[in-house]
Amino acid sequence: MGKVTKTGYEPMTSIEAITAGLDTVGYISIPQISTAVFLAHGLRKPILIEGPAGVGKTDLAASLSKWLNLPLIRLQCYEGLDEGKALYEWKYGKQLLYTQILKEKLNELLGGAETLKDSLAKLSGFEDLFFSPQFLEARPLLHAMQQARGSVLLIDEIDKSDEAFEAFLLEVLSDYQVTVPEIGTIKANVPPLVILTSNNVRELGDALKRRCLHLHIGFPDHEREQRIVRARVDGISATLLNQLVRFVQSVRETDIKKRPSIAETVDWARTLLLLHANTLDEAFVRDTLNVLLKHESDIAAVSPAIPKMVRDATGPDARGRLASGYPDME
Amino acid sequence: MEKQISNFIRALRSAEVRVSTGEALDAARTVAMIGYDDRLLMKDSLACVLAKSEAEKSIHDRLFDLYFSAAPAGAPSQTASEDAEDNAGSEAPQDAAERLSALTAPGNEQALASAVERAAEAAGLNDIRFSTQVAYFAQSMVRAMGGEALQARLLEALQGRTPDADAEAQRLIDVRRTLTMTARARAERAFEIFGAAETERFRDDVAATKRLSAIEASDMARMKQLVTKIARRLAVKHSRRRKRTQRGLLDVRRTMRANAGVDGVPFNVIWRQKKKDRPKIIVICDVSGSVAAYVRFLLLLLFSMKEAIPDLSAFAFSYRLKCVDDILEAHEFDAAIKKILREVGLGSTSYGQAFSDFKLEHENKIDRRTTIIIMGDGRSNYGDPRLDLFRDFAGRAKRIIWLNPEGRALWGTGDSVIPRYEPFCAQMSHVATLKDLEKAIDEVLTAYS
Repeated sequence: MGKVTKTGYEPMTSIEAITAGLDTVGYISIPQISTAVFLAHGLRKPILIEGPAGVGKTDLAASLSKWLNLPLIRLQCYEGLDEGKALYEWKYGKQLLYTQILKEKLNELLGGAETLKDSLAKLSGFEDLFFSPQFLEARPLLHAMQQARGSVLLIDEIDKSDEAFEAFLLEVLSDYQVTVPEIGTIKANVPPLVILTSNNVRELGDALKRRCLHLHIGFPDHEREQRIVRARVDGISATLLNQLVRFVQSVRETDIKKRPSIAETVDWARTLLLLHANTLDEAFVRDTLNVLLKHESDIAAVSPAIPKMVRDATGPDARGRLASGYPDME
Repeated sequence: MEKQISNFIRALRSAEVRVSTGEALDAARTVAMIGYDDRLLMKDSLACVLAKSEAEKSIHDRLFDLYFSAAPAGAPSQTASEDAEDNAGSEAPQDAAERLSALTAPGNEQALASAVERAAEAAGLNDIRFSTQVAYFAQSMVRAMGGEALQARLLEALQGRTPDADAEAQRLIDVRRTLTMTARARAERAFEIFGAAETERFRDDVAATKRLSAIEASDMARMKQLVTKIARRLAVKHSRRRKRTQRGLLDVRRTMRANAGVDGVPFNVIWRQKKKDRPKIIVICDVSGSVAAYVRFLLLLLFSMKEAIPDLSAFAFSYRLKCVDDILEAHEFDAAIKKILREVGLGSTSYGQAFSDFKLEHENKIDRRTTIIIMGDGRSNYGDPRLDLFRDFAGRAKRIIWLNPEGRALWGTGDSVIPRYEPFCAQMSHVATLKDLEKAIDEVLTAYS
């Protein structure tokens, strides 16, 4: 002890280092994402990530914590989330229990007091005892502040929480400190790396947006999606990978209710692998389309175009290469 | 570089990206952190720090390209001509003219560009707001570069009347033209960066306060955008279900549940809450001949409201009433308008008939949560206004709001039966401009919160 504790953020020396580091835990980053993470660390500001569901917003936090070997502390937001559940709470039960157990002891101690004034004076000495960190139940926000080496704090789906909670969060996020009236202010020695995600259920308040760096993660392009699927699905052949990613990309361009995200592509790749498909063909696609599209009307909308999409996905691509994967990759 | 950044932020602000002082500081720290050699990296980083939504991001990227690609990279190279220019005031006309013609000679683009940059600064080009100022700023820039000397020299040459002097004059005219064109191009770019958004906003303001009847077909596109913006704003403001705590009314059930862990000792007291209703709105829109001037506009509003408010049913009538929900949902705006006008539009009005149609077919749509909005002038061609039905609706609905495009002075004149409907309406407003409309609808929706 006595030694200065190192923070866990040291590997984040440059944008390239972040991209490479995330790569080692299977998160395929793009410059925008790595830049945002780098700036968040450098400027000590939270990142607000927006984008469609399933493009790896939450996953970024998980991967960062895995790479940096820091605890991932997650706060899932929902309507009605309040300070008690997000910050800290007193362990009332334990306090009561202890008072009961210590009743006799207290009587003994107070017995010596002659007057009411004396016993009150003695009693006030114990008050601090019951409102001490021992009886404090740390919820995610406080927990994140207490980590010695830092932590990755994920505040998921902030748009689902109430406006009041959002306002409360401002205070915590700007100073990285929490005030418990009975104890005092608890300040994070090493501020957590904060990541907020939003699916745009409602428009977030301006003040919160101003406090954060803003990152939008959209659907990946062909190359990146291939790399992601390859990282997630073991043993997929280059041919199938290329074809299925091209198919998914063309599905995204059609006018449907819920466009398939990366999570769905990965699921679909796993499904096809399970079915021992080597190349994409119409029958396979028709049978498994429900993995990719989650609405009946979407499936109906895409169905007529399947033959053409499969033809396009398996034919030579725009750059004239045949769909036999990219042998130059790995 | 810091100056570049702060100017860039100014450009962003004038394009309605709200950048706070804190963010400006962050931007400066960011640039200090990542350096400015890698333009792409700088663009990504600044986008991350300064733009806080998708829309802002695209504005940022456009401005970034405009601003930084065109601005001379790094400090302009120090050329000999620069020193000469610093004492532009004191040099003889002869020299100034020579210097300027040297600048415009082919191969000297870099020097010309930096001279123009300096002139731009001297002329305060970054203050440009409107496209009409381009010419003015171009003039000032030419003057700042020493244009007057050139002019004097040109006059002198013109008076010479010898073939030599003529050739000289021609050469000077060419120099002047090149200078003016370069300055003009620079001023236009500055306008793109600093002024274009401002002009747009100015036009929006004008459109928003323009009388609806005076709106021409050419304004429709702008109006459409504005109304969409308004509808979105209203939707954001009113789409959430809110609850209000009633202090003093204990919610026994929830209090017991919440304190079960502490032996039922009520540490946390939970009060009863009152849920607020989500608005349910019925809009009845007059599309008859008498409101022909407003009809497109009223329908535009109907269309946008339909998109913004989930619980809205829309009706249109002139003689007979028709539910137009399907049409509004299935078609693009222009197609929808055409279809509505073809099916029910621009006939002679009968409010009485419309109300009895409504009573017959859609009466069950009115309940105590419903607000009925009627848009029309209340000119019923001397027909029976069916006040009995109207009174009945008013009794059953939460309230009736009447938005009238006609001025108050005209109410009750001729065949207008507005005054007879008025007692049953919670509110009857004269809506002449977009601003009025936003206010009126905001009030309607606020009644629920």
